[in-house]
Amino acid sequence: MPKPITLKDHYRETRVFARRAVVSVFVVILLIVALIARMVYLQVLQYEKYSSLSDDNRVSVEPVAPTRGLIVDRNGHLLADNRPSYSVSITRELCPDIDDTLEKLSRLVEISDSRLDDFHKRLAQRRRPFTPVAVKFKLTEAEIAIIAVNQHLLPGVSLSANLVRHYPHAEAMSHAVGYVGRINESELQKLNATRYSATEHIGKTGVEAFYEERLHGEVGFQTIETDARGRITKVLERTDPVPGENLQLFMDLSTQLAAMQALEGRRGAVVAIEPETGGILALASVPGFNANLFVTGIDYATYNALQNSKARPLFNRTLQGRYPPGSTIKPIVGLGGIETGATTWEYSIYDPGFYKLENDSRFYRDWKKWGHGVVNLHSAIVESCDTYFYELAFNMGVDSIHDFMAPFGFGDRTGVDLINESKGLLPSRFWKKATRNMPWFPGETLITGIGQGYMLATPLQLALSTAILANHGNKVQPRMVKAIGGTPLPAPEVGPPITLKNPENWDRIIKSMRDVVHSAKGTARGIAKDLPGYDIAGKTGTAQVLGIKQDEEYDAEKIAEWHRDHALFVGFAPVQNPKIAIAVLVENGGGGGSTAAPVARLVLDAYFESLRQDANVPTTRAVQTP
Amino acid sequence: MSRYDYKHQLGTSQSPVTRRISLMQAIHLDAPLLGGLLVLVCVGLFVLYSASGQSTDTLLRQLLRIVAGFAAMMVMAFIPPRTYKRWTPWLFGIGIILLIGVLVTGTEAKGAQRWLAIPGTGVRFQPSEIMKVVVPMMLAWYLAERALPPGWKPVLLAAVLILLPTLLIAKQPDLGTSLLIASSGFLVLFLSGLDWKYIVGLAAAAVPAGAGVWMVMHDYQRQRVLTFLDPERDPWGAGWNITQSKTAIGSGGWEGKGWLHGTQAHLDFLPESSTDFIIAVLAEEFGLLGVCALLLIYFAIVARGMYIAMNAQDTYSRLLAGSLTLTFFVYVFVNIGMVSGILPVVGVPLPMVSYGGTSIVTLMSSFGILMSIHTHRKLVST
Repeated sequence: MPKPITLKDHYRETRVFARRAVVSVFVVILLIVALIARMVYLQVLQYEKYSSLSDDNRVSVEPVAPTRGLIVDRNGHLLADNRPSYSVSITRELCPDIDDTLEKLSRLVEISDSRLDDFHKRLAQRRRPFTPVAVKFKLTEAEIAIIAVNQHLLPGVSLSANLVRHYPHAEAMSHAVGYVGRINESELQKLNATRYSATEHIGKTGVEAFYEERLHGEVGFQTIETDARGRITKVLERTDPVPGENLQLFMDLSTQLAAMQALEGRRGAVVAIEPETGGILALASVPGFNANLFVTGIDYATYNALQNSKARPLFNRTLQGRYPPGSTIKPIVGLGGIETGATTWEYSIYDPGFYKLENDSRFYRDWKKWGHGVVNLHSAIVESCDTYFYELAFNMGVDSIHDFMAPFGFGDRTGVDLINESKGLLPSRFWKKATRNMPWFPGETLITGIGQGYMLATPLQLALSTAILANHGNKVQPRMVKAIGGTPLPAPEVGPPITLKNPENWDRIIKSMRDVVHSAKGTARGIAKDLPGYDIAGKTGTAQVLGIKQDEEYDAEKIAEWHRDHALFVGFAPVQNPKIAIAVLVENGGGGGSTAAPVARLVLDAYFESLRQDANVPTTRAVQTP
Repeated sequence: MSRYDYKHQLGTSQSPVTRRISLMQAIHLDAPLLGGLLVLVCVGLFVLYSASGQSTDTLLRQLLRIVAGFAAMMVMAFIPPRTYKRWTPWLFGIGIILLIGVLVTGTEAKGAQRWLAIPGTGVRFQPSEIMKVVVPMMLAWYLAERALPPGWKPVLLAAVLILLPTLLIAKQPDLGTSLLIASSGFLVLFLSGLDWKYIVGLAAAAVPAGAGVWMVMHDYQRQRVLTFLDPERDPWGAGWNITQSKTAIGSGGWEGKGWLHGTQAHLDFLPESSTDFIIAVLAEEFGLLGVCALLLIYFAIVARGMYIAMNAQDTYSRLLAGSLTLTFFVYVFVNIGMVSGILPVVGVPLPMVSYGGTSIVTLMSSFGILMSIHTHRKLVST
């Protein structure tokens, strides 16, 4: 079978090839047109979309935290400032293995378990990608160095410096200035999200909380260009944050420190007020605590120790502590007695050591077992005679006592520029009916007259009432802040002054209070010794914590410390032209004259020393700004 | 063909212009093709400078590769087509052996065996890169000896010649290159006049075959195929690249953001911005006009290549020149199509522009072969 011979037809092959080549070129042109069409679609028709996608990619607006305002005392001493603090953070998006990195990191620096818990909690929260989450705050120089050296082994780990609140007198100022802490979930919901978008801390207590608005400042913004890893490559636009305003307090640092010192080792409170302005010169609640611990997050063990301590260091006794005022209210009750005609300066009684109501088998005892003998209002205040005031109270009636004392600030908030102030309790028939649905018993009036029973007052209220007394009835509102941003705050509106039918009675009652300190029988005579150029009007108080049964006697030696009497002292100085009014409370401290009055003396000395030094400096020191 | 002819021609030419062209012919270079390639590499260097974050270091290394490419081109252009034809089956055989060698001893890089080290020298190369030229040569060699258009028997054997290297490369695994090599072989068949019924038949067979494979695949495999075909299904993985490159291209608009001002590339949003995705940098910085200009350059080169093919004097040269030219365009189309999101992402660099060595040398070598074909023609006297 002959094999068919296939001859190569060169002409035909050339033609076939040429045709195929033309088809190919045609297809090439078609495909190029297709590519151009695709590009037109992307670059012309969809330009807006991709252009904004590209901008979203690179441009983001980032808030810039304002610097928190400083807090200084009346002489410009720093009470709260901002210091750089280094923290180490991990950015999850840049970290290949979080657990491994934490493991390596904890070999370099010590990280507590509670910090680790907190880190994991924050890591789980929703946040922008590439946001670093802090692992440890307040690194020491050595820790910064060891992390920096090993950083190449720790991808995603970064060191950052932040301004963090710092309290140079953290313990002394813990209740007055308060502290800032990390913003928590419930605070976050109430805050203006924009204003706080860069802020990590918020005032939690004290002045820091009350003046949060003014201290915080206004957030700034910067429009930044970031790369795919979230690193800032360029700042395109920037609106600077407005720093928070600086606060100047009425507080006198040395007086405050003296108050803390005087109560060292005890539990108690000192409140000192400038009678003319209502400015708070000292606000000490002892024991205090280290407020700096709260700024970057306190660990659970330390917090629990503070929270569960029997001495209650976290409790602000000056504002929240409600104590029976005891005999410290006697001058005001006495003044009320004169004003209502329930007694006169000349009226005197014989005190056998107790008072007895008709139709009442109960003995209302005087603190002095055998009585004071013949006493009038002056000697009843000087010697703190209870029997005289039982009778006076009985004659006045509880509602008269209530009505006369209320304008002195008892039973209501003073309106001080601090948070969580307690109202105290100034009882009346109406109050008892309304709250307990019980009638008022005459015996309750008697003990109200000596500041016992239902009556409760905060140390701040005691200091305020003393200041009003020192002012001859001119009211003031206690306040912490003297000036904001260099501008003095105007004095708040207060009610009309307390007027007496005979204004001379102010001086007469003050004379009695002066004799509490400056007479041989005065209950606070012990503090009159070597007074450096000023005199004091005051009143001691010893408030029962336990009710004493009829046939029992109070014996401090025999009962537990926690059941001993509270020691109190109120006073002001100098008697003419008073510069300072003070209230001292020592919990379970025993006698007011023996325990509380010496505390007051130390504080007063410190204040007058501070005034003297201030007078020596020709110009008033300006607010320090670093 | 002999050097004597050219000497003779040189001697008779009078005009200096003619002499210059003749000089180019003497060193076997084709001026229009050379010009197109020079414009292309210049544009490429400009874009690369921007894409690399203005790294002169990168630029110098690329320049070095371009110089090496041009050198390879000149060497390839100097060798007459006859010699290529004679060596073709041997080259093919050696290529296949090397591909097998890669699978047996090759060094691994990025999870695939593509490299073969030359013992004792420390030099390593990708045999698959050589096959990009050798496979079309082999097909052209085989078909040039047959009567064209080819009958079913030569087509079947040609299919075997294509599939053998394709499967070996696919096994490395390097799916992108194997498909490109298959297409270069197919292009030879197409140019040789492959009957349309085969082409239609192949396309028709692909549908049920694909469906059949789909049926037997596991679900996770199907997901992978779907992601391969449509990367935007996986916006944080494969889709990230495509989303970012589309954003780069789209945000370029008509005129682009200006040279060195592309934010997508400079802020690292665009991955592989110097290599496979470099067209997105060009599109971002020079806009639609820039892309059109680049496509015009590519078209000019392809047109010149096809002109050379049509004017080639024998079937082997014709088929080889045509398929090399069209393969070049396939690279361009696949790359731009992939970056602009109309084709799946396969690792194909943009010819002559993307940063990277082997690709430039291979491409320049194939252009050298084109020039050889064009400059070694026997002058037909009229």
